[in-house]
Amino acid sequence: MKQQNIWGMVLLSGCLTFSLATLGWSDEDERWGGKSKQDKNVWERTSDVPLVTNKNYQTECSACHFAYQPGFLPERSWKKIMGSLDDHFGENAELSDAMTQEIENFLVGRAADVIPNRFSRSILRSISAGETPLRISKTAYFERKHDEIPNRLVAGNPKVRSFSNCLNCHTTGDQGSFDEHRVNIAGFGRWDD
Amino acid sequence: MKYIMVLAMLCFSYPAMASEQVVQSLLDQYRGAGADAFDASRGESMWQQQYLQPEEEKKVSCASCHSADLRSSGMHMRTGKIIEAMAPSVNAERLTDPEKIEKWFKRNCKWTMGRECTVQEKGDFLVFIQSK
Repeated sequence: MKQQNIWGMVLLSGCLTFSLATLGWSDEDERWGGKSKQDKNVWERTSDVPLVTNKNYQTECSACHFAYQPGFLPERSWKKIMGSLDDHFGENAELSDAMTQEIENFLVGRAADVIPNRFSRSILRSISAGETPLRISKTAYFERKHDEIPNRLVAGNPKVRSFSNCLNCHTTGDQGSFDEHRVNIAGFGRWDD
Repeated sequence: MKYIMVLAMLCFSYPAMASEQVVQSLLDQYRGAGADAFDASRGESMWQQQYLQPEEEKKVSCASCHSADLRSSGMHMRTGKIIEAMAPSVNAERLTDPEKIEKWFKRNCKWTMGRECTVQEKGDFLVFIQSK
């Protein structure tokens, strides 16, 4: 009986140490997003979202808008978006069949439900299983993260206009870093909450 | 040796594809598909012609986003994105990539006019844009 208690204590303290260490680790990562970027491989990075690595996706899509990292939406969303390019949020953005397929493959292969990334997991958790969001800015996680930003700084700000223009505030967003400390709202300035 | 030749051909042919050649070969293609002589002034009046855009619920024309003056840049009516000038005389990149031309004809004709442009209309647009 006594023996069992000792082993129980050892196990419990082991678990505690481990979980505290994990907490400390993830906190550090979150605060100093991308500090040790070079040592980590793109899939293992937890602080930043993996970069856009497909040239055609980059060229075709950023001809009109920010090339959103595929890890921000689940596979089903990317499929729906790529299957309806003739009405792409009110615009016609049709591509050749071959190009559509290539870009879809890229997006689906790095979608939120495929890669192990902190942002992706948070976004996934905020979407219900029956939901297929088409806009990253409509996911509950995104809304929660931006709910303190007044409308006048976004829709009412001619230098930003919409939450879809990531780079107008997240100046390092194209490098996969959406760190709060690097936010600089166009026409307004730094944002600290 | 083969590589050097391919490289030399690429270097030679790619930048040399000036807008004149690109437009000329597209116009030939459109003629082959049944178009008549092309007319820049017809292209210009189509550029300004207004169509009801169902999603925007207002009348739009090419000029709504590209500006009526092809030598100045335009601004997308909804997103506010700056669209560089269309005139090759001020923007040397314009009309140099046939695939890009066809891609945007398809998208923009459908969005603005609600249908694809005919070969005649595309040719008229091209000679109009090129004249600027």
